[in-house]
Amino acid sequence: MLEIQNLAAAIGDKPILRGIDLVVPKGEVHAIMGPNGSGKSTLSYVLSGRPGYDVTGGSATFDGQDLLEMEPEERAALGVFLAFQYPVELPGVGNANFLRTALNAQRRARGEAELDAPAFLKLARAEMKRLSMPDDMLKRNVNVGFSGGEKKRNEVLQMAILKPRIAILDETDSGLDIDALKIVAEGVNAQRGPDFSALVITHYQRLLDYIVPDRVHVLAGGRIIRSGGPELALELEANGYGAIVDAAA
Amino acid sequence: MSDSITTETIDTVAALAEGGYKWGFSTDIEMDMAPKGLNEDIIRLISARKNEPEWLLEWRLKAYAAWLKMEEPDWAMLRHEPIDYQDLHYYAAPKKKAGPKSLDEVDPELLKTYAKLGIPLKEQAYLAGVEPEEGARPQVAVDAVFDSVSVATTFRSTLEKAGVIFCPISEAVLSHPELVQKYLGSVVPAGDNYFAALNSAVFTDGSFVFIPKGVRCPMELSTYFRINARNTGQFERTLIVVEDGGHVSYLEGCTAPQRDENQLHAAVVELVAMEDASIKYSTVQNWYPGDANGLGGIYNFVTKRGACRGARSKISWTQVETGSAITWKYPSCILQGDGSVGEFYSVAVTTNHQQADTGTKMIHIGKNTSSTIVSKGISAGQSNNTYRGLVKVLPKAEGARNFTQCDSLLIGDRCGAHTVPYIESRNPTAKLEHEATTSKISDDQLFYCRSRGLSQEDAVGMIVNGFCRDVLKELPMEFAVEAQKLLAISLEGSVG
Repeated sequence: MLEIQNLAAAIGDKPILRGIDLVVPKGEVHAIMGPNGSGKSTLSYVLSGRPGYDVTGGSATFDGQDLLEMEPEERAALGVFLAFQYPVELPGVGNANFLRTALNAQRRARGEAELDAPAFLKLARAEMKRLSMPDDMLKRNVNVGFSGGEKKRNEVLQMAILKPRIAILDETDSGLDIDALKIVAEGVNAQRGPDFSALVITHYQRLLDYIVPDRVHVLAGGRIIRSGGPELALELEANGYGAIVDAAA
Repeated sequence: MSDSITTETIDTVAALAEGGYKWGFSTDIEMDMAPKGLNEDIIRLISARKNEPEWLLEWRLKAYAAWLKMEEPDWAMLRHEPIDYQDLHYYAAPKKKAGPKSLDEVDPELLKTYAKLGIPLKEQAYLAGVEPEEGARPQVAVDAVFDSVSVATTFRSTLEKAGVIFCPISEAVLSHPELVQKYLGSVVPAGDNYFAALNSAVFTDGSFVFIPKGVRCPMELSTYFRINARNTGQFERTLIVVEDGGHVSYLEGCTAPQRDENQLHAAVVELVAMEDASIKYSTVQNWYPGDANGLGGIYNFVTKRGACRGARSKISWTQVETGSAITWKYPSCILQGDGSVGEFYSVAVTTNHQQADTGTKMIHIGKNTSSTIVSKGISAGQSNNTYRGLVKVLPKAEGARNFTQCDSLLIGDRCGAHTVPYIESRNPTAKLEHEATTSKISDDQLFYCRSRGLSQEDAVGMIVNGFCRDVLKELPMEFAVEAQKLLAISLEGSVG
């Protein structure tokens, strides 16, 4: 369970998050929606431990463990996964090598046995088949020369292989056509279960047609100003953020 | 395949990462050592200890006379305290009993050293002449240079059957004097440059390889170099000759024990490739680089040159340079034969206060000669890393082609990367391409890797290995693994 209490964070002198309260129980998928500049990406970076963000108050725990005290790789080993809005290119680094190294680093940190190359390839191929991804995805360099859609699919593939306990999807739908969007959504839905929760950050309601959230939260001005069921996303789609932001002000 | 190597490497880095210079040990073996200083008498002593023929002594003395008239080159981007050439030992040899007939007869200290160096146990056994098991493992012949004398040479008989000569050059001088006399100094003349002249005067040992006409060497040949005696300059001399249609792949790897004093290393490597012959020469260089404050470390002034004498011959240099306080090294190809091919693939890593000025020279003489240069420089700490390369096309080199790619990766903001390409073309049909980039390991890349579970250091290792991939994939398999480990270990602690 992810528990965030009164979380505040800044970049330099500029406060971005101004007291976020949020609980994502085990097995649930929550959506965070909000206008540009509301702090959505900052929230995802603070939770995953990106350097450059100063936590100025509050707490964030996962299954009772203090995330904010942990290095990014420790959070990953704990089961926190961030699907990047702009996945990063690693020239010369093969996707399979990258993924296996990452998976084994996590397994090592958890005291689990590492996977040898054949076992890893078997796992990766099975996941790729499930996600209808071509085999050569593993052979290519990490995100190098990938189209926008391929990069996002690669994020979902990583998630499928690393099997996090909580996935934070930072505008994973941006730049995707409808087919790619469906594949990405299916990838997330395939992970759903009692031990998987997700925080789906999105600008548009469209993604939530395919990943139906248990709860929807509206983030504006660094605070969650309203929470509700899936119908809240539809309301936002119909009326825009303006009405809700004004109502909360 | 290379992917799984990288994975394996990164996996083992944690285990290897004990911090500091892993190979910083020295071995306690009785040494036979000449007094400090350099003069004609010392040269006569070296020559006498090796029972050399008169012509070689004369050759050495001529080189010495030439060296006395020369000055240390100062054009490289390197700074160091003046070297006191009279304050060095020019000869040191482990005291030898009879040749090792079995493992029991080999000095246990020496075996321990081999073990630390990672020479596989079976090869240690081969050192003692134990017959190999049938179909045991990929064969690598090791000519271990322990200080100045090659202690033992392996795989001798298999190679002999193929007609290949692979032995210490001091031995070749005695057993194949006509070959050595014909080729020694034919690529790098005794008076070629300051350090080559010094080497010619005082070289103590090194490897000699001769591949006769039409023979593909049945195994990769390998030499482990190691400086072991205090204040002993290392002056290796390697000569590789491949006759028409022959092929050899030669691996050279160096590690050195940790010392406070600077140690001078001035090796010379000469390669000769005749018609349709090819030579692949791979180096992993990990001499002691000095401590974090720049104290100590090896001064590595190396002259490496290959002559593509025959038509369609090929010489390929691959080097991974992570060690030494100073690296001054320009493995070159003289592309004399029509259609001959020269290649230079280089990774040079500098950290702390290391300085590297390295690159290549491709001299196009014959028609339709082509050369490829791929250089990857990685600088961290307060180090300086310079690529210096010359591509020269002579008037008769119709249709010469060169492609040069120089990439620099900076880690931190106190290091320097410099690219100094010289291009001289005297034939209008030549096609020369040069590409250069400079980049940094981005915070985005590091965070991306860490968010997937990699530690900061594993992330750096992975990104750097990716950056060097075009070079590393040129290395033979075993070396590729070692090189990737070295890259990751060398850069530990250089980020964040």
